[in-house]
Amino acid sequence: MPQTELHRDRNPLLEAVDLSCSRGHRTLFENLALQVSGGEVVQILGANGSGKTTLLRVLCGLQPPAAGSLRWRGRDMSPGAPEVYAEVQFIGHAGGVKLDLTPRENLDVAIALGGRPTGTTVATALARLGIGKFGRRPVRTLSAGQRQRVALARLLTCASLLWVLDEPFTALDADGVSIVDAMLYEHIRAGGAAIITSHHPVALGRVTPRPVSIDAGA
Amino acid sequence: MNAFIAIVRRDLLLAMRHRAEAANPLLFFVIVVALVPLGLNPRRETLELIAPGVFWIGALLATLLSLERMFRSDFDDGSLELMLISPQPLPLIVLAKILAHWLVTGLPLVLAAPPIALLLGLPTSSLAVLLTTLVLGTPTLSAVGAIGVALTVGLRRGGMLLSLLVLPLYIPVLIFAASAVSAADGLPVTGQLYLLGALAVLSFTLAPLAAAAALRISVS
Amino acid sequence: MWAFLHRFASPPHFYRRAGAIAPWLGWICLGLMAAGLYGGLVVAPPDYQQGESYRIIFVHVPSAWMSMFVYVVMAGASAIALIWRIKLAEVIAIESAPVGASFTFLALVTGSLWGKPMWGTYWVWDARLTSELILLFLYFGVMGLYAAIEDRRTAGRAAGLFAIVGVVNIPIIHYSVEWWHTLHQGPTVTKLSAPSIHVSMLVPLLLMAVSFKLFYVTVLLHRARCGVLERGRNAGWVRSLLARTEPE
Repeated sequence: MPQTELHRDRNPLLEAVDLSCSRGHRTLFENLALQVSGGEVVQILGANGSGKTTLLRVLCGLQPPAAGSLRWRGRDMSPGAPEVYAEVQFIGHAGGVKLDLTPRENLDVAIALGGRPTGTTVATALARLGIGKFGRRPVRTLSAGQRQRVALARLLTCASLLWVLDEPFTALDADGVSIVDAMLYEHIRAGGAAIITSHHPVALGRVTPRPVSIDAGA
Repeated sequence: MNAFIAIVRRDLLLAMRHRAEAANPLLFFVIVVALVPLGLNPRRETLELIAPGVFWIGALLATLLSLERMFRSDFDDGSLELMLISPQPLPLIVLAKILAHWLVTGLPLVLAAPPIALLLGLPTSSLAVLLTTLVLGTPTLSAVGAIGVALTVGLRRGGMLLSLLVLPLYIPVLIFAASAVSAADGLPVTGQLYLLGALAVLSFTLAPLAAAAALRISVS
Repeated sequence: MWAFLHRFASPPHFYRRAGAIAPWLGWICLGLMAAGLYGGLVVAPPDYQQGESYRIIFVHVPSAWMSMFVYVVMAGASAIALIWRIKLAEVIAIESAPVGASFTFLALVTGSLWGKPMWGTYWVWDARLTSELILLFLYFGVMGLYAAIEDRRTAGRAAGLFAIVGVVNIPIIHYSVEWWHTLHQGPTVTKLSAPSIHVSMLVPLLLMAVSFKLFYVTVLLHRARCGVLERGRNAGWVRSLLARTEPE
């Protein structure tokens, strides 16, 4: 199995210190410490309702933590700081794909929002994810797995250092999983990092995620 | 700026693909205005007296009805999260959404105004003023409304609350616009029009900031 | 949670202090109110124009003042809460809303009761009454938004933001209503604005105003104590407080 720590950076990209999150009056997790460095894939493990999604949203700056702080490249990350967002791609439960637009239109908007045409072209990205021939059809007519692939194509068109993926393998078939596996591998080879969640174990051939559990008492 | 244009384009495209849905506020407006003579009496003097108020209250309600669309579907499908973590300034994106909303709901009201004004027996001499108030006033409705929708977007049943939040803030527009149209038949109305213009400038400057802050709160 | 709460105004500290101060303020408020009511209802002479009915101003005017004062306090506290993320400010803003809404409601009811002998009807679209009615809607908006959002923290911040939006709009709304009113009514109610007020009426009025303000502070302290407890239910000091089961 290929080692994933080829280009591992000494300094962590993203660092969470004493992070606590709550939903309503319930504390999800407390005093969580997490470091994500270039060249690694971190997999967040936890039971349903343990706060995996909340943690990812906090790490992206979508939600303030109840306590604790986040550091991006060693500097305190203030929520809403554009320079951080320029280097993070987030794909959540809802993929952020407009059903009434075609995959191409969706990606064009994503590129404009990213403000920089840094990645591959839209056509290349769609072809890579195996949905090249659906580029001009409304996403509404595609299957759940294909929709997920449209969302994942954003990772290629808007190149970012840190990928934050919430359940990226949901609805994907074996072929889709192996495409994402290869994408993750190339990403970390190039010095990038990824944080993923997945509540069922997936067989990834090329990358070996580092597991981090947030279950209470762990 | 690229992002601004892309968002406006995207929202217009989405409205185009849902033409029937996008036309609903206009139809609602026409029906409300048409009901008033039926509920009161269709005598010319009565209608002339109440036409400006009816017209503007109709416009207010039609806008209110269409506000949810500004952020709701983006919230549901996760597009809003992408906007929030985009490196582009969020107020700029919100401004684009407000502009697109106005193009889809405000502009049709302006265009539909002349025939509806005839329906209400508004004197033709008031028509120019009516159109000016609509051009100056409806953008404010979209901008101020954006704050209300941004605050309630996370709620399943935010509709009633939205009207409670937004309608009081619409009062100045209603007062100045309706009174300008009433006074148009002979009295000077530049004062009201200037004030409407000032409200539009003020709301387009401040509302995107407030709505952006509200979105960050609502989505968290 | 603990560190966040501690950052500025520490809730346990506030909880203890407020509990100690509130009863004193309450008694002073009661004393001033008794004095003000005695001065207003018994000592002050009847008005030469309005007879006895003017005496409602001793309730109406202070509550109208308070309705605006509380809104400004609420918006100010909300701004502090949003900018510096001070939880206590958020509690103060949210707990002010129902008190302010009550003052506004009182001002509206007493205003329309006063309107009956003055105008011959309970409600006229007087500029001040109309503004007061809209202010009540804004209060309801803040309270409605806070009640509707499930997560208490999100709810507090959203309601606070709306309070700030409202405070920017209040002057605009107020002046538009005033302008609208002069356009439609003409100067018919000028007899209300008496040129000068006799000192025998002014003193009780001011006493009432101060006692209303103290009433607000007292109620706010009590409400904020509850709010602080509710929000801090997971915090250590609340747990230990409850564990001691001391009657507070």
